[in-house]
Amino acid sequence: MKTPNQKAWWLVAPVVLLVAFNAVIPLMAVVNYSVQETFGNNEFFFEGVRWFQQVMQSARFREALQRQILFTGIVLAIQVPLGVAIALAMPRQGIGVSICLVLMAMPLLIPYNVVGAMWNIFALPDIGLMGKGLNALGFEFNYTRQPVAAWITLVAMDVWHWTSLVVLLAYAGLSAIPDAYYQAARIDGASRWAIFRHIQLPKLKHVLLIAVLLRFMDSFMIYTEAVVLTGGGPGNATTLLSIDLVKIALGQFDLGPAAAMSLIYFLIILLLSWLFYTVMTRDEEH
Amino acid sequence: MARIRLEQLSHSYRVAPRAEVDADWALRGLDLDWADGGAYALLGPSGCGKTTLLNLISGLLKPTQGRVRFDERDVTALEPGQRNIAQVFQFPVVYDTMTVFDNLAFPLRNRGLAEAEVQARVNEIAAMLDLGPSLASRAAGLTADGKQKISLGRGLVRADVAAILFDEPLTVIDPHLKWRLRSKLKELQQRVRRTMVYVTHDQTEALTFADQVVVMFEGQVVQSGTPVELFERPAHTFVGHFIGSPGMNLLPCEIDAAGVPRFAGHAVATASGGLAAARGKRTEIGVRPEFVRLADTGIPVQFERIDDIGRVRIVSARHGEHRIKLLVAEGQAIPEAQGHLAFDAPHTRVYADGWMVR
Repeated sequence: MKTPNQKAWWLVAPVVLLVAFNAVIPLMAVVNYSVQETFGNNEFFFEGVRWFQQVMQSARFREALQRQILFTGIVLAIQVPLGVAIALAMPRQGIGVSICLVLMAMPLLIPYNVVGAMWNIFALPDIGLMGKGLNALGFEFNYTRQPVAAWITLVAMDVWHWTSLVVLLAYAGLSAIPDAYYQAARIDGASRWAIFRHIQLPKLKHVLLIAVLLRFMDSFMIYTEAVVLTGGGPGNATTLLSIDLVKIALGQFDLGPAAAMSLIYFLIILLLSWLFYTVMTRDEEH
Repeated sequence: MARIRLEQLSHSYRVAPRAEVDADWALRGLDLDWADGGAYALLGPSGCGKTTLLNLISGLLKPTQGRVRFDERDVTALEPGQRNIAQVFQFPVVYDTMTVFDNLAFPLRNRGLAEAEVQARVNEIAAMLDLGPSLASRAAGLTADGKQKISLGRGLVRADVAAILFDEPLTVIDPHLKWRLRSKLKELQQRVRRTMVYVTHDQTEALTFADQVVVMFEGQVVQSGTPVELFERPAHTFVGHFIGSPGMNLLPCEIDAAGVPRFAGHAVATASGGLAAARGKRTEIGVRPEFVRLADTGIPVQFERIDDIGRVRIVSARHGEHRIKLLVAEGQAIPEAQGHLAFDAPHTRVYADGWMVR
């Protein structure tokens, strides 16, 4: 009989350590905070589910969550169709392809806080090109005071920053459709709309699923750009979940409620991602 | 339905093809005339321009030079949709989100046919292709041959098409189904009597499907004729070795002062006449293995190997550095190491620079 060789554990150890340090241990620390109270001095008292109850019942959390869902909804509703439309309009061959791809990749390469700062200045009513322009055209536009203006600027910034991702994914998906499909459609006398509806859209299904998932998760977690742009204001008009979370954790130093809120936040993202994925892949099962 | 005529058709994929450089052209100076309701095959090796020619006829490509006519109508500038033509591609194209029925109905509905008529046509075609039971199911779930049947069905479903073009439609089909679909196609052709053009690099497919086979080589038509003509009177050495298995024997020869072709000094009787004019060109004797016999006198050879392929044996013989293949029937004795070969004169021809001398 062979004696079991336990040395193989050493080969697995690096991965276990890596995962432990960058995922499990921080997450467990958050779980730990979420069920305890502290008044400093590194002294902790067990509180059970009190913080979870408090977060779930607070109007502040509910409002931040509503704002977050609204933001993600608007952003997805604009970016996905717009991204597909741009991808359809992009050239398929020649020098134009490289030019378009570079242009599209550019916003994705700019650091988040720089994007926030750019739009912060761009939209300022007294010196920014967009803000001053709008005011010169007769619109009263001041995102530091008007909630609607702040939302418009925030959404415009995110659309500018992230639509390219959808474009690039959709473009890759479109390029993967064999020519024979288009040729057959021309022979069959299909209209432009029929080609989109019956060839391009079905073939794009999988990349669009990825695009929607990525954009959902990223927009649901948006922090840096929004903080630099509006800081959550005016008032609390643009205080999204992540901004609120940071205010509670680092502003007020309420570690317990902040930890409980993080976990709820995390579970919401997990749940909604699973829901998206299940709904969009349901057809394949049968 | 229509007669198809191609006039001096040339195509190049380059932006500025040079007239004097053959390599710039995918097709060069093609003239063809296809009767209404005929079954034609375009046969040739990969890259010879078959698919280009097909796409020029259907309108997916516009020719660099020349015209395409359906009956008397010049369709050169028309889009595929306006040409009223059906084309089936190498890889099955189905519209994944639609049912089999909707797939077959698609070309009809796009042309605004009344729904009752659509129903009738689709059911008729589905019955022909044995697709009846799966009409209501999603096309995406079908096997490769099922999908290709849908592609064929979309080609056949329109009653008014000028021609149906097939671009190697059986490439992705399993061998045993290939045989079935091929006979099905032939049967359909005889039933609907529509002009059909079938592109393939498989000689069996071409010869079984078509009344008339067009053999292409390097962008040109080298011969157009019935399967028998291609076999018995190959117009070009390419046709000789591309069609037939094994291909035609080609032996370099010289034409002597009396106009008699001589292979390695041996005079050879052939069906070609007026050979004096061929002197100075690169001349070869072409004879199919079917028309080479074992003889008591003639060209002395050494026998190298015998391949038994069932009913006949393929014998490889050698004269000097030249190999000659012949078919020997079962039961006929083959000399041990050496012997003589004779060629069947009516089926032996001289080729000058590749082309048959009449």
